[in-house]
Amino acid sequence: MLEIKNLHAKVGDKEILKGINLTIGDGEIHALMGTNGAGKSTLSNVIVGNPAYEVTEGSITFNGQNLLTMNTEERAHAGIFMSFQAPIEIPGVSMTNFMRAAVNARRQAQGKEPLKSTDFLKLMREKRKLVEIDQKLMNRSVNEGFSGGERKRNEIFQMAMLEPTFCILDETDSGLDVDALRIVAEGFNKLRTAETAAIVITHYQRLLDYIQPDFVHVLMGGKIVKTGTAALARQIEEQGFDWIKEELA
Amino acid sequence: MTSEQQYIEFYREASDLIKNKSCGVMNAVRDEAFETFQQLGFPSKKVERYRYTDVDAAFAPNYGISFAPLTVKPSLYIFNIKDAPIDVAPYYHKVADRLDAITALNTALVHDALLVYVPKNTKVADPIVVDNWLRGTAATMMNRRILIVMEQGADATIIINDHAADKQRFLTTQVIEVFCHDNARLDLYEIEETTPLCSRFSNVYIHEGRDCSVKHNSITLFNGQTRNLCDVYLRGENSEVTLNGCAIGSGSQRIDNNTLIRHEVPHCTSSELYKYVVDDKSVGAFAGKILVEKDAQKTESQETNANLCASSEARMFTQPMLEIYADDVKCAHGSTVGVMDEVALFYMRQRGIPEAEARTLLKNAFMGQVIDQIKNEPLRQRLYVKVEKRFRGELDKCDDCRLCK
Repeated sequence: MLEIKNLHAKVGDKEILKGINLTIGDGEIHALMGTNGAGKSTLSNVIVGNPAYEVTEGSITFNGQNLLTMNTEERAHAGIFMSFQAPIEIPGVSMTNFMRAAVNARRQAQGKEPLKSTDFLKLMREKRKLVEIDQKLMNRSVNEGFSGGERKRNEIFQMAMLEPTFCILDETDSGLDVDALRIVAEGFNKLRTAETAAIVITHYQRLLDYIQPDFVHVLMGGKIVKTGTAALARQIEEQGFDWIKEELA
Repeated sequence: MTSEQQYIEFYREASDLIKNKSCGVMNAVRDEAFETFQQLGFPSKKVERYRYTDVDAAFAPNYGISFAPLTVKPSLYIFNIKDAPIDVAPYYHKVADRLDAITALNTALVHDALLVYVPKNTKVADPIVVDNWLRGTAATMMNRRILIVMEQGADATIIINDHAADKQRFLTTQVIEVFCHDNARLDLYEIEETTPLCSRFSNVYIHEGRDCSVKHNSITLFNGQTRNLCDVYLRGENSEVTLNGCAIGSGSQRIDNNTLIRHEVPHCTSSELYKYVVDDKSVGAFAGKILVEKDAQKTESQETNANLCASSEARMFTQPMLEIYADDVKCAHGSTVGVMDEVALFYMRQRGIPEAEARTLLKNAFMGQVIDQIKNEPLRQRLYVKVEKRFRGELDKCDDCRLCK
């Protein structure tokens, strides 16, 4: 589904990714772990096409398409979705209008008619239940006055609305209490199919108890330095990253 | 020859003609106004309140001056000043700043005036709507005058729409004088939807007595060059005024708003919110002064000017000013000039919203704050639609009036 080869990227003058190689197949969950500043968020931002990041070398293909020639919204239309680490507020843009614009833009890109208002509201209602998000929040501006947990739920709600085939969960577990974590993770699991794949970025094993990874990668200094199975995440939880650094040294 | 010369010569030749077409109350102040204009000339950019607009250049072209008669549909509250049911001499050219050159020129040249008169304790349920249509087959100058008299306890909403029905160069001067007797309430909306060929110089003067409440909304949806002045004189205690503005510029449009709120007595409240979105190579300017005189204790005032520069070539000048001579007041003023929120744009694009659409949503959201405050519900809904259309580039002429096709 996704193939990253020798990816180098910088933000400003600072090179952050220094040759990432990663292949993700249909239905696979890849966990990405690593110390702060290792390049995890940079990698996600580069995949979704954040214009603040510049790719200097390497390639990313998504279902055979060259992702690097596509702009942010085209990548979204192709089925890529990122759950943001810190979802921002957009004052004055209501959740409903925001979602309607997003859903209909995607439909238009697929050559479909925009959803009728009643169908759209029905869809909203249905998907809201999945992450137990309150209707009241839908009448507000995007994320305005949302608690940290509500914002994360809102990300998964948006994912449910847009039905992506490839998701990046960028520290979706941070700032969540135990119950909210369960709701968010279960919501995500319900959305999974045999065709969807995901990168899950986390510092903690806890999220991976719910969303079980097929592979665990450790990112250090802009490169993937170790790849393993779910057991690797448990080992990191117990021992930290020092032993990996020692192995490399 | 400077620009004023052609107007001076014109007046010398045509003043008798103008006087014949006009009426006593307007003629009584005409020569004096002309003298004032002759002395002042057009204000240069060195004149503080005109520093953001090149007046001389705007008045330089050779315009035919229109003396078309004012047509007034018979109504309970709207009159041609010639048919005024009250003595208007105590109001006409009494609220206005006589030392403003544009006001002086308007007073000298204008032959007809509209009177909105709301009698004592009359609450007008439906908005009073004034539609101005600019029409002409050649470059035309229009001089417009509106006098609004709100008697004690009168209550009304007035909506003034500006349209340009012909694709022609128009230069408009406008003076609106508002006199609110004690306890009057007025919502005054001015909505400009003209064309890039139009230049507008509008001066609004508002007098408030005791316990008055006035809201003035100035909305520039589409224009060429606009210079709006609004002066408010709070002359009776316990009165309040709200000045709101919404200005949207694109192409090479220019929008200059200049306001003054003069607190002359204690216990009055003023609040001001002007928002601009300037795109392409358009230029916006806002200068607003709150003047609190020595005796105006317990004044409360809040002034905000927030601006969004949607392109790197658009320019915004902002100058919020407080001048306070009283010592027991609560006043705040602030201004911001920002660019598009790149983080918000990215967030929206990641959800698949195309960049142009995301920009429209953000601009619309930014302006929404001013439109939200419009009390008249049908007008508010109409403006939500119009503002959004404007940002989508679908509003280059007014789309809801029969004349502007």
